[in-house]
Amino acid sequence: MQCPKCRGAMRTYERNGVHIDQCESCRGIFLDYGELETLTRMEGQWSQQHQAAPPPPPPMHGAPAWGAPQHGHYGHRPRRQQGLFGMLFSS
Amino acid sequence: MSHSDPLLDELRRIAVQYGGAPAEVLPTRPDVIIVRAGPVVVKAHAPGAEREPLVERMRATAHPSLRGIVLEPVTEEVMVVGDRLVTVWPAGTPVDHLNPDAAPWEAAARLLARMHAVPAGALLPLRAAGGPAKVASMVARLDGDSAAELVVRRAFTCLPDLDAELVWEPFSESFSLTHGDWHMGQMVRAPDEWILIDVDDLGVGDPAWDLARPAAWFAAGLLEPEVWNRFLDAYRAEGGCAVPRDGDPWERLNLPAQATTVQLTAGLVVTAKREGRPMGEAEQTMIDACLRIIRLRSACQSVSTQ
Repeated sequence: MQCPKCRGAMRTYERNGVHIDQCESCRGIFLDYGELETLTRMEGQWSQQHQAAPPPPPPMHGAPAWGAPQHGHYGHRPRRQQGLFGMLFSS
Repeated sequence: MSHSDPLLDELRRIAVQYGGAPAEVLPTRPDVIIVRAGPVVVKAHAPGAEREPLVERMRATAHPSLRGIVLEPVTEEVMVVGDRLVTVWPAGTPVDHLNPDAAPWEAAARLLARMHAVPAGALLPLRAAGGPAKVASMVARLDGDSAAELVVRRAFTCLPDLDAELVWEPFSESFSLTHGDWHMGQMVRAPDEWILIDVDDLGVGDPAWDLARPAAWFAAGLLEPEVWNRFLDAYRAEGGCAVPRDGDPWERLNLPAQATTVQLTAGLVVTAKREGRPMGEAEQTMIDACLRIIRLRSACQSVSTQ
């Protein structure tokens, strides 16, 4: 197979299930149909696992081992228990 | 309660004498009476309160090292009206029960941190703070065998001996001046700044007990993590000594917060029973916390005996 840009010879690589053709003279890469989407998806998975991570959490001081189950899950907002606020006022 | 009884008449008379304005009875908890007259309030303490400890606490409260931390009484004097002890204070504005978002968590944390830094030696003689003793007395008020009562009693027996926790040495490093009964109802704005009130349980003790209520509410899931963290951050930023400056605060908070959870749950169960109503959301949330305490403490005990 010839490079569509410089007519150099293309070499085929297989990387993590993605089929890549690379030109040996101009280093250009040719992707088969659907392979760009596959790469995009894999990149998304990788960055989710490795770097982008969750948004910076507020400063936390940990929760006790006997704490209510919802504690410690960032992003989960416990329900507003307005009705129970009065409890904070009695001896 | 009748509003024309001799006790109330005398409280009104005292209030008018100090306040120079018409007297009105303010709503408060059932065992206390508060009468306001213009700039002062007169407080009839709960029945059965002993005079000498309150005299000591009033003397400590009037000490200059507590200005800006605890409300200064109008007079140090502890009066006796009938079978009640009576004290006189400047009137203040309490925290709004209906507006959780406006609750002054940071101000509370700073006041407690500053109180914990006051050298207790200057205030002696002063006895132990009221916190730990309240737990057993509240649990003792449970008189039935409902599932809720069994859970609370079981959680109480899982806790280490709190009497041993009461053994303190006046100048021990881990003990300090403490409020002894802090919650959101124990602050007023007077006139512009928040300040601590109610010295009935003030004394020397483990300062972690003053953080025990918010810690218990947080552990029960009643206090949002953000609010708890704001409170704890402000306490640490003010140099509060109840928890380590960095690292895990729960090493110091676990026992006071668990004991307070048991005490608060007992109080809720007693009240629900007295009012003849079933357990509501608040009661169930606290009972769940008691169950988690039982699970954790039982697990720890079975491991340590292996």
